[in-house]
Amino acid sequence: MAATFEKARSTATADSGKNLLQVSALTMHFPLTQGIIFQRQVGAVRAVDGIDFFVEKGETLGLVGESGCGKSTTGRAILQLYKPTAGSVRFEGTELTTLGGEQMRRMRRKMQMIFQDPYASLNPRMTVGNIIGEPIEVHHLASGKAKTERVQELLRIVGLNPYFTNRYPHEFSGGQRQRIGVARALAVEPEFIVADEPISALDVSIQAQIINLLEELQAKFQLTYLFIAHDLSVVRHISDRVAVMYLGKIVELSDRQELYEKPLHPYTQALLSAVPIPDPAIEQKRKRIILTGDVPSPVNPPTGCRFHTRCWKAQEICSEVDPEFIEHSPRHWAACHFPG
Amino acid sequence: MALLEVKDLHTNFFTRDGVVKAVDGVSFELNAGETLGLVGESGCGKSVTALSLMRLIPQPPGKITQGQIVFDGTDVLQMDEDEVRGIRGNNIAMIFQDPMTSLNPVLTISRQISEALELHLKMDRSEARKRTTELLDLVGIPSAKKRLDDYPHQFSGGMRQRVMIAMALSCNPKLILADEPTTALDVTIQAQILDLLKNLAQEFRTAFILITHDLGVVAGMTQRIHVMYAGRIVEKADTGELFADPKMPYTWGLLRSIPRLDERRKERLVPIEGLPPDLIAPPPGCKFEPRCQYRRDICREKEPDLVAVPGAKPDHLARCHGTQAGGWLVDTDWRREIGDTRVLEEIKQEVASVPAEAAKTTTADLPPELTQKEGI
Repeated sequence: MAATFEKARSTATADSGKNLLQVSALTMHFPLTQGIIFQRQVGAVRAVDGIDFFVEKGETLGLVGESGCGKSTTGRAILQLYKPTAGSVRFEGTELTTLGGEQMRRMRRKMQMIFQDPYASLNPRMTVGNIIGEPIEVHHLASGKAKTERVQELLRIVGLNPYFTNRYPHEFSGGQRQRIGVARALAVEPEFIVADEPISALDVSIQAQIINLLEELQAKFQLTYLFIAHDLSVVRHISDRVAVMYLGKIVELSDRQELYEKPLHPYTQALLSAVPIPDPAIEQKRKRIILTGDVPSPVNPPTGCRFHTRCWKAQEICSEVDPEFIEHSPRHWAACHFPG
Repeated sequence: MALLEVKDLHTNFFTRDGVVKAVDGVSFELNAGETLGLVGESGCGKSVTALSLMRLIPQPPGKITQGQIVFDGTDVLQMDEDEVRGIRGNNIAMIFQDPMTSLNPVLTISRQISEALELHLKMDRSEARKRTTELLDLVGIPSAKKRLDDYPHQFSGGMRQRVMIAMALSCNPKLILADEPTTALDVTIQAQILDLLKNLAQEFRTAFILITHDLGVVAGMTQRIHVMYAGRIVEKADTGELFADPKMPYTWGLLRSIPRLDERRKERLVPIEGLPPDLIAPPPGCKFEPRCQYRRDICREKEPDLVAVPGAKPDHLARCHGTQAGGWLVDTDWRREIGDTRVLEEIKQEVASVPAEAAKTTTADLPPELTQKEGI
């Protein structure tokens, strides 16, 4: 086991047998083109630029970062909603990036997504029954009366009235719509759910309802989550492990407790100190690390470590050499030349 | 005398479905240089309150039907359009939530800021331009002079919010209304902007009303907090006291339902069940009654008044039958067990006191079965 620590990078991708999802060197570049008829590529938005991680069966992996860091792109690239530029995504040992359309559709029964905006992600012209029933039909899981019963059961599971099947999305509040989105994801009995900012469009008092619902469902159906969010307190609450992304790279990955108590990467430290805590006594005593400047453009990211332009620890090496993603202590990876 | 006195403000919206009582009898005071937090969920009337103060309610469908807004001795509601325009931006300024949509995309930054300077302070173009540069410097826009003639789309979200703040500060207002100033921003940028607002409030002794749904933001920024629910203020208290000893089940619910960064164990959140009420036909008694786990019959029959609560400071007011003198909630402990940062600090110190080498050997010497259990 000690030997694996030395080959740290490979550990981040090594299959220990209980990994449900294995992502290695995943890269997602969106081409920037010029010209109208003869489009030529002039550059690329490097939204995700070589990330490695795994998700174990039954756990919740939180993915945090600021807007534009590539966290949503990562979620979509895993489900092959975008075709990754490079890298591999293995789900239960099956390589997803090379699967054909029909095979991928069959795989999607096992992996579903909950979207951020409950207002935009439900078709306003379909009834709730049709919205939840469609995936059941597509995957030939049930039909006729059995389907109706299944839809009603799903509504009950997510805490809605089972007789709502004939209503339209506009008749529901934001929190209820998000419940419909959850029911749709559950309809095909998936093993893995990517939840892309599922609560950030909701009110504070409703957020807790959805978080609790997701936790209950996880316990009930042994679900595995990739939970994408920008709110560190929420991610800390729901996740078993947390990955921090910055400008297309994962800069730190660790168990939740360790990450919040002993953050190694300066960016994680700054993020943690920036989150306001609802307690004036603590707020007054806390020392904030205030980062200067904005996140650089992913079209032309800084050389070396991508964080060096905003890092207070940066030295010459940081602008020259991209730090490796190293396991500093068991199950705690970070990409920094001066961690701690 | 208070800088701002709002008395029994009612703002209604007359819609096809009925009258929406967005603000329903709100009263509060604000002293010069004070920072007040207005907290609540969306639709509770906090933004409409701010817009009413500026007389910016679109009419129709909206209308301020009743009340007084006394700013610096004069009632804003009795002024004519010209007088109000003299106050807007000059004495009361506003920072809006979304810096992406609240700047004019076809005007340069310098033009947008100096407009107010020329209008209110009667500066000429070159003077106004000079002052604009100073303002942009003040809010921390790098090489401000070069960026004067840039358009809003050339700035990032955080920088645009800084431009908004510069604009709000331009005429040295006595009061700034900040409506969710950081909600559209990322955490690290939010920290920058809050830091800036805090420094400016201290430096210029400007009074602030900070409107937000984020209890964490108001905890570090304000002196007093008013909690709003369904168009009414349901609790008023000093910031410290509101968090230490809230006296209204809705405030308890808010505090219990948010995950905290410093929580020690993974615990279940306690959400507030149900939905905020429909403001066209609100509940007859206490507006929070249908969602309140502590409700009794009296709550449905009679709306409680906003009164001082026993066992708290005299300026701590709450609108709840239960916590009023003789109520059934006077001694209820609202708290759920949450992690204490002191414990966290102790752990951190313990870790720090272990010599670095010792720490390394402990990981290497982990028994194999344990490492296997950890799944490495």
